Amino acid sequence: MPGRLEPEPIPRRDFLGLAAVWSAVAAFFAAAIGALRLPMPAVFPESNSKVKLGPPDAFRPGSQTHLPEQKLWVVHDEGGLYALSTVCTHLGCIAGKEKSGEFRCPCHGSVFSKEGKVLGGPAPKALGRLALSLAPDGQLVCDTMTAVDPATRLKV
Amino acid sequence: MTPLDTQSAPASEAPRPGGMSTFLANLLDVPRSLYDSIVRHGPPTSDRTKSQTVVSNFFLHVLPAHIHVDSLKFWATCGLGIVTGVLFGLLCVTGILLMVYYKPSVAEAYDSVKDIVFVVPTGRFMRNIHRWAAHAMVAFVILHMARVFYTSAYKAPRQFNWLIGMVLFVLTLGMSFTGYLLPWDQLAYWAITIGANIAQSPRELTDALGVTSWLDVGGMQKELLLGAHYVGQEALIRFYVLHVMVLPLATCIVLGAHMWRVRKDGGLARPEKPVPAVPPPVSVKELPASTRSWGLMAVVKGQSPHVGAEMEDAVPAYPGALYAIAALSMLTVAASLVLGYLFDAPLKELAAPTVPENPAKAPWYFLGLQELVSYSAFMGGVGIPGIVVLGLGLIPYLDREREDAGVWFSGRRGRTVAVASALFAVAWTVLQLWFTVRFGWLRNWYPEIPQLAITILNPGTVIVAVFALWSIATVQLTRSTRLGAIALFTCFLVSFAILTYFATVHRGPNWDFYWWPSMWPRH
Repeated sequence: MPGRLEPEPIPRRDFLGLAAVWSAVAAFFAAAIGALRLPMPAVFPESNSKVKLGPPDAFRPGSQTHLPEQKLWVVHDEGGLYALSTVCTHLGCIAGKEKSGEFRCPCHGSVFSKEGKVLGGPAPKALGRLALSLAPDGQLVCDTMTAVDPATRLKV
Repeated sequence: MTPLDTQSAPASEAPRPGGMSTFLANLLDVPRSLYDSIVRHGPPTSDRTKSQTVVSNFFLHVLPAHIHVDSLKFWATCGLGIVTGVLFGLLCVTGILLMVYYKPSVAEAYDSVKDIVFVVPTGRFMRNIHRWAAHAMVAFVILHMARVFYTSAYKAPRQFNWLIGMVLFVLTLGMSFTGYLLPWDQLAYWAITIGANIAQSPRELTDALGVTSWLDVGGMQKELLLGAHYVGQEALIRFYVLHVMVLPLATCIVLGAHMWRVRKDGGLARPEKPVPAVPPPVSVKELPASTRSWGLMAVVKGQSPHVGAEMEDAVPAYPGALYAIAALSMLTVAASLVLGYLFDAPLKELAAPTVPENPAKAPWYFLGLQELVSYSAFMGGVGIPGIVVLGLGLIPYLDREREDAGVWFSGRRGRTVAVASALFAVAWTVLQLWFTVRFGWLRNWYPEIPQLAITILNPGTVIVAVFALWSIATVQLTRSTRLGAIALFTCFLVSFAILTYFATVHRGPNWDFYWWPSMWPRH
């Protein structure tokens, strides 16, 4: 008796027809997935992520310099220089420095300490520290795409 | 001269077949024969020709030949779906006109919009209409969904059409969102920066779980959307293509399926007439052989408005339904024109990638989400909207109580549950907002707390969980999944409205709480 365990045999013609239809469907899906590869960029339009910030002497010990174009602060403390990104780690707005020294994001109210640690609001992590180095011509260079450990300092 | 001509000479006064005279007669007859070739039936005076007017017209055949008198009453549909469709049409027309002058390039987009506003004849008017119709369309999609929900019009056999409606809801939001970037002003730039980073926000979860390095869903989504890591030329072109081509085309196709399904699922939902205790005597008549169209209808399985005793209350769709649609269309277009004439669409300063707006607010329908996003980017922007859309889509499959479709709130009990849930949602949402503004949240109390804890437990997820519990309690208490669904839907609708209002009025610079926008600090 035909049932789940012994199903009725499917005619060969129907089987081949179903196989043809489903292989066509599978082929279309595979092609669609292949087509979706196109909008995933292989090369990004960003210009060089390394920006020259001028001679390091411009950033005196104890100074904090705001570079709005680069969206960062260059801080010179006892250990040396570090670059603090002002791009909010929540949703990418630019956090501004308050009179108290804290950073506040205008979009969703995240609060960061002077050093960039999260004090409140929805930001999931501290403000980014960006890699600093010295170019062969002696200028200070910041790599805006490379994050570094908060303890990192550039001695000058 | 052939013998034949000589013989026919005496009949020359009568019109001769063939030749110039026939040609002239045909020429004079062109308007009438052209009309007859388009419309193959007489004037719509009889029931039969009225039906033919609808059925044999490509543009009218979305309507059934006959429609139930109750379906034409205002409270059956409130005309919300028609209004939404008309707004979409109006958006297509004004959108195409705007495309004539708009240039999707970072260098020229803002200037071309300024040209549209200040130079192009009727440009400012068209842009205003486009903007108002877009906002209205989002509002009417939500209202239409609420109407369908509260009148049980999602129940069998209409479950799948509810899902198609959800797709249209998401497409509408997508069209609004992609259109938001095109003016390339400050408003646009920062709203899309936030939106793109919300697409990236699954990183909050993958970061917390420590798997981002090999499964960066968020990063992939952002790169796919922007074609870069920032909002620039690549993003503008992508949003433009989505806005003027991909999403409207998808909407057209899905909208076609949506309206087709309305007919195939048995027409507009309406209450069945109470069944008389003694069924009326059935008289069997010899009917003439059915036409092809009727023959096809007979093959349709399940319910069909053409089968059964309901037919007696049906009227030809022509002209009643047509008048209703025409009146709604005129009202909708007129309202959009008045709004567009009186109120200008905003255009802020040119986009400045280093200076965000403060506060940077999304359009009103995303402001409720922005409030949730200010608790957790992933939960507010992806998690909770995903849960809500999934939950809405599942409603017809979880609540399968057979119910009179077309009855608002399914009767008195449903109305009580809806009112109680609305009051509960007002109370809870206000309390939750007050608490969060007054006392802050986990990050303020324990700065070192892992992000995962906040992602899971934040004011947004608390609200969702409380409403889910409230709905489950309603199901338990009333033993009715329909009443549970009413409880849940009402809670979310009310909460959405409150969050939208709260973020619009009470959130100011740095997303701080202010009683009124006039109290915002000025620089």
